[in-house]
Amino acid sequence: MIATIGHSSVLAALLLALWGMIAPILGSRTEQKAFFTSTRVAILGQFALVTAASLSLIYALVTTDFSIKYVAFNTTRATPVYYRITGLWGALEGSLLLWEWILIIFSGLVAWIYKDHHRELMPWVLMIFSTVSAFFLSVIAFASNPFDPIFPPPPDGRGLNPLLEDANMITHPPLLYTGFVGLTVPYAFAMAALIKGKLDEAWIMTTRRWTITAWFFLTMGNLVGAWWSYHVLGWGGYWAWDPVENAAFMPWLPATAFLHSVQVQERRRMLKVWNLSLIIIAFSLTIFGTFLTRSGVLSSIHAFSSGPVGTVFLAFLAFVLLASFGLLAYRADQLRGQPELDSVVSRESAFLLNNVVLVSALFTIFLGTIFPLISEAVTGVQVSVGAPYFNSVTAPLFLLTVFLMGVGPMIAWRKASWDNFKRNFLWPSAASLALGLALAVWRVRDFLPLLGFTLSAFVVFTIFFDTALAARARHRIVGERVVSALMALARRNQRRYGGLIVHLGVVLIFLGIAGSMSYSIEREATLQLGEALSIGRYHVQFEGLRGSQQPTHYRVEAAFRVFNQGHELGVMSPALKFFPSQQSPVGRAVFRSTLSEDLYLILSGFSELQQNRATLKVLMRPLLTWIWLGGIVIALGTLVAIWPVRKSSER
Amino acid sequence: MWRRLLITLAVILPLIGILAYGFIRDPRYIKTPLIGRQAPPFTLTLFDGKRLSLENLRGKVVFLNFWASWCPPCRAEARELEATWQRVKDQEVIFLGIDIQDTEEDARAFLKEFSITYPNGRDASGKVAIDYGVWGIPETFFIDRRGRITYKHVGTLGQALITAKLDEARGDVVSAKEGKGTYQSIR
Repeated sequence: MIATIGHSSVLAALLLALWGMIAPILGSRTEQKAFFTSTRVAILGQFALVTAASLSLIYALVTTDFSIKYVAFNTTRATPVYYRITGLWGALEGSLLLWEWILIIFSGLVAWIYKDHHRELMPWVLMIFSTVSAFFLSVIAFASNPFDPIFPPPPDGRGLNPLLEDANMITHPPLLYTGFVGLTVPYAFAMAALIKGKLDEAWIMTTRRWTITAWFFLTMGNLVGAWWSYHVLGWGGYWAWDPVENAAFMPWLPATAFLHSVQVQERRRMLKVWNLSLIIIAFSLTIFGTFLTRSGVLSSIHAFSSGPVGTVFLAFLAFVLLASFGLLAYRADQLRGQPELDSVVSRESAFLLNNVVLVSALFTIFLGTIFPLISEAVTGVQVSVGAPYFNSVTAPLFLLTVFLMGVGPMIAWRKASWDNFKRNFLWPSAASLALGLALAVWRVRDFLPLLGFTLSAFVVFTIFFDTALAARARHRIVGERVVSALMALARRNQRRYGGLIVHLGVVLIFLGIAGSMSYSIEREATLQLGEALSIGRYHVQFEGLRGSQQPTHYRVEAAFRVFNQGHELGVMSPALKFFPSQQSPVGRAVFRSTLSEDLYLILSGFSELQQNRATLKVLMRPLLTWIWLGGIVIALGTLVAIWPVRKSSER
Repeated sequence: MWRRLLITLAVILPLIGILAYGFIRDPRYIKTPLIGRQAPPFTLTLFDGKRLSLENLRGKVVFLNFWASWCPPCRAEARELEATWQRVKDQEVIFLGIDIQDTEEDARAFLKEFSITYPNGRDASGKVAIDYGVWGIPETFFIDRRGRITYKHVGTLGQALITAKLDEARGDVVSAKEGKGTYQSIR
């Protein structure tokens, strides 16, 4: 019953989406307004139907309706209700439905918010939304149907992969999907502008906040994924340059480049083709990511179910790329006649350079990800490209990005003056060089980390210095106190100060990565009862094993008493969980975070319980917490940038 | 405009082509470097309790088959293997089955179900499977009388191919490439 409601809602929504695709074309042929207005009805109708379908699946999951295959495979009677709900994105079929749901929520919002704006553009914007939606709906309806029945219904379901039973699984996939789907908004506007030949800056102005929002969700999705990997998978790392991780990260790069280069177009009417290309690439990469994840063409440590959807996604990717870039090539003549760069030393060129660096990073990561395919297709040699390649090729690019983060926001538009240099960069450069020197004298001797720390300091100093100057000016002229001067500054120029705060967050993440990659220590030993292992300042003493039967698994815990330079810090108990459905145990690492470093304990093996011997792996990873702090700062900065205040005076 | 469209196509189509190529290859597939080399030695306890060492089989052509009771393609080829064994067992050939990643109980039930008569042993630690680079089962190695691997096959095998490859091994012919059945199982 519920399956019928769900499936027929999907089919009906598909019909509406197809209508939404052809209505604007019919409208421009017959010049009847009714066709254009019907595009909005099509979107709102899809919104209602897809919502009904999603709620049906959630209802089936919550009530454990095992006559539906998807429910039987992804829940059990013992699954707590919240994990039954998250079962919606526990596997492929549901994930696609969730994706479509988020997409149609975004489309519905756009249709609703701009119902009296962009009269010429909107039908085409909504047509793009309907096209993307029609693709997902047909995949859901025909290739990977979450409402497929199973007969006879099993007495109990198979349940989620135990690794997915974690609080982060509630947030990570929806965040990432929201980020991916959010990029559809600027893409749809860009395509509509290309179709109608209205190639002014209107589409960029309109989609600014949408793009920032999508970027924010993309950033958070990746960070929460890293956090989940670090705290659940128990290998002590947060990023492995696996194809699936790269797929999630790659759209972030052109999206970030886009956020910066549209400012150049807004100010100087430059880079039109470039901006359109960036948004096409960013959107295509979201489809590419799903293709990569679900097609199984590359081997990945992330075991996703694949099935037939890989081919469908590749076909859609080909369609998107050919149609979008074909349209761009068709309109390219109208995009000519842009102003030239006035000077190489200007904000335009800093932003341009930042774009080149980010796109280079994208290219190197993309190449590394698909290189096994290229190599085997061309030479027949099997290769795998791993972390060493990605680390060594991206490190210089990311260092350069950090440097540009210091320069870009402070350098003047058009042509930087010597005054501009003295005012904004003299003191920050001197201070960061002094700090770098101090670090070198203290104990940071390796070149790349030292450069990274110095450049990060440069960014932080430029930001604080500039803000202090501006606040002082307000204090002198208006007579405000420091705090209210800062508030007023942020209110007057939300995007700038929001952006600067985001930069601070990115620097924190960068420092966390640099510190934890360059200075981690790792020790492993098999300990007898009472024996201890030393790592850095820490001393870890083995105090015994304990086994216990848990509701879903058998757990073996090892107790370790931890000392920091003789001070007792308490007992830490990493564990191994043995699930009946899994061949190998699932580790549960424990860690202790401080601002200076994380201490990370992994139980990698044990003797018979009575013999009390355990193999322990300990990692000390400096500055790692800064990555997560950076995420919080980025969230704060994004809020400052898009918080809706002062509607009236905004451009 | 046509030039631009052409450039667009020239960039996008090869890219899609490369990605589509991904569908015809298996990323988990690992080519073996073992063909033409000496077979890694091992000693195994058989299900009937006897010990068997590969060294002692010199002078005979060895048909070495890795399997598990949970592996559907292994079930699919089991009768075929036994039938072939019955036909060729008097021709200086030995069939040897190695059960991997399995429980002893399930493995014995499997042997009984398919009335398998050729010697079989269990590689409980997985050492033999690792030495032979087994990544998906069934995998079969053909070893000639001097202990050299002449052919490797991933996936199910049929009587015709087995007989042909046994003849090649007897004639000291080393295959250039490993073979691949259409039906395999990976765990």
